[in-house]
Amino acid sequence: MHERLDTLIDVLLPPIAAIVGALLVGAIMLVLLGANPIAGYVALFQGAFGSTNSIADTAVKATPLLLVGIGICISFRGGVINIGGEGQMILGALAATALGLAMPTAPGWLIITLALLIGFAAGGLWGGIPGYLKARYNVNEILSTIMMNAIAVQLMNLLLRGPMIDTTQKGAARIPQTSRLADAFDLPRLIPTRLHLGTLLAIILAFVVYFFLWRTTVGYRIRAVGLNPHASRYSGINVSRNIVLSLLLSGAFAGLAGAVQVYGVNHFMITDGTAAGFTGSAGFNGIVAALFGLLHPIGTIPASFFLGALLVGANKLQRVTQVPGALLTALNGLVVIFVVSSEIWRRRRARARAIKKVELESTQQEAPVPGAAD
Amino acid sequence: MLSDLFSASVIIGILVSGIRLATPYLYAAIGETFGQRSGMLNLGVDGIMLMGAFSGFYVVFLTGNYWLGLLAAIIVGGIMGLVTAFINVTLQAQQGISGIGVFLFGLGMSDLLFQKLVNDVETVSGFPNAPIPLLSNIPVIGEIFFNQNVLVYGAYLLVPLAWFILNKTTLGLKINSVGENPAAADTLGVSVTGIRYLTVTVGGILAGIAGASLSIALLGVFQQNLTNGMGFIAIALVYFGGWRPLGVLAGSLIFSMVNSLQIWVQVIGIPIPSDVAVMLPYILTILVLILSAGRFRQPSALTKPYERAG
Repeated sequence: MHERLDTLIDVLLPPIAAIVGALLVGAIMLVLLGANPIAGYVALFQGAFGSTNSIADTAVKATPLLLVGIGICISFRGGVINIGGEGQMILGALAATALGLAMPTAPGWLIITLALLIGFAAGGLWGGIPGYLKARYNVNEILSTIMMNAIAVQLMNLLLRGPMIDTTQKGAARIPQTSRLADAFDLPRLIPTRLHLGTLLAIILAFVVYFFLWRTTVGYRIRAVGLNPHASRYSGINVSRNIVLSLLLSGAFAGLAGAVQVYGVNHFMITDGTAAGFTGSAGFNGIVAALFGLLHPIGTIPASFFLGALLVGANKLQRVTQVPGALLTALNGLVVIFVVSSEIWRRRRARARAIKKVELESTQQEAPVPGAAD
Repeated sequence: MLSDLFSASVIIGILVSGIRLATPYLYAAIGETFGQRSGMLNLGVDGIMLMGAFSGFYVVFLTGNYWLGLLAAIIVGGIMGLVTAFINVTLQAQQGISGIGVFLFGLGMSDLLFQKLVNDVETVSGFPNAPIPLLSNIPVIGEIFFNQNVLVYGAYLLVPLAWFILNKTTLGLKINSVGENPAAADTLGVSVTGIRYLTVTVGGILAGIAGASLSIALLGVFQQNLTNGMGFIAIALVYFGGWRPLGVLAGSLIFSMVNSLQIWVQVIGIPIPSDVAVMLPYILTILVLILSAGRFRQPSALTKPYERAG
């Protein structure tokens, strides 16, 4: 019982402390910028949860974070770091949009299903390439996924300026955007707000991925490679294949996030030349969500909703306090820093417990056996 | 059209801007090299660059003095380097992830401060070209190498300096030993923590200068996400250069020359879609990472925190 409580503290305290710490730093920054921090945070909260619509918006913002975050759980558990969420989202979105544009008269349910699948596959391809490069050539995946982001942005700009551009635009200077997808392809709304089916899908997938990672052999292998590649190799696990698989799956969920973003929210694609213009930095913030959710798919659900709330509330914060919403990006960074920095505390506690246990056992062994002296 | 590309003036133009474009990469990548040689991966370089770029820009915006701007970038970069060292060395955080936190912090913070304090398209006049007497009069070569701003010269002087420190001094020996075998270095009385704090802080300072070289020398402006991932490219260049300053120099030059070529191709109007052209340096980087993988051995203790046994 005592031990279980200890473990619970170990697991829950770091993320909670990280949030409290980040919000405290945020409060100091608000004061320095001449704003009232309490009024600021109240505005943030109201912006995120003040009405049915704002709650729905929070859920909608949380959706890509959750999908990317699920993927991040897979790759980080598999011992590979995927920083390519931005590019993978873009690829998923491009593929899904191209499908919808190519078949405007097909039945909605068919195109939606295919679009989500094709988005999943395209993101998987974009994540799988760095996976292959790592497995085959030992190319550092942090670097290659970053390069793949830059390439994906240019691919998006190229396609939206060229083959995928909305040709019905008038005038000489055409905006690099596609035409709107057929109304029949909109992801169904859940309640009369902006909340769409994608949110529900993401939550279901979080449970599926939990089951996959902890209850299937394939998932077990991915985690084994992440924990100890050498031991895994000796026990006959194909380490290279699992590296490719975890990056591929990780990219696939980000690709799905991109497809869901188009079919559930935007219904067309437009580029301002940057990745964040489409993703809203969800490819990075999904990493924050996964870390904050302790790299556990189910933990990533509340973590994504929390971060989604910050993003939605940021608008109101800006209106009330005149402090730019970029504050929240900085705070997200602090959350990451605090969560990874608190690992040392957990390791020390675990070690102290282990030492105590060993000491306890040895004193028990050395204790004189009653009656033995007679 | 293609023949235009091979005219003397265009080739000189490509070389002049290529040399100049390499500046921020050189500062950031040489700084990162110091860190990595001591076993520390700092993935937050881009965030530190952004903070350096903003603080340099803001001070010049206020005072008009670009030396003060540079000083501000150095101080801010140094502080962020010190904090990064605290996170990664003292708190032993996982470096591949903590750096993302530092990056996001720098990205958000520089944007926040810019919107709050400036919030307008403002240009500042930063470091002017400082032609070196006599040398800058040499035809062609003078134009390419000796008619640049002070920060450009600094970046190229930094390369032999870094080479000298890493390969010819006791400090360099200590840095390498800490990066290869921290336990052995510790046994010999080298302070692993001290060396790593030093290299990561120096890396932060150089990343700050890298940012400033962009905002108050190359461009004279600041905007949200000004670096657009240059810090990450700089990290790739360290791998690319096999953890050696001269390799980093070669990598930075190749990358910037391709970039410069790409810009000139568009200026001349050769019909290659600009998006494809912008893509090229990144594809090239991946290819070089593939080719260089396994050619150089990375520092054995890279990304591994050190804790004394017992």
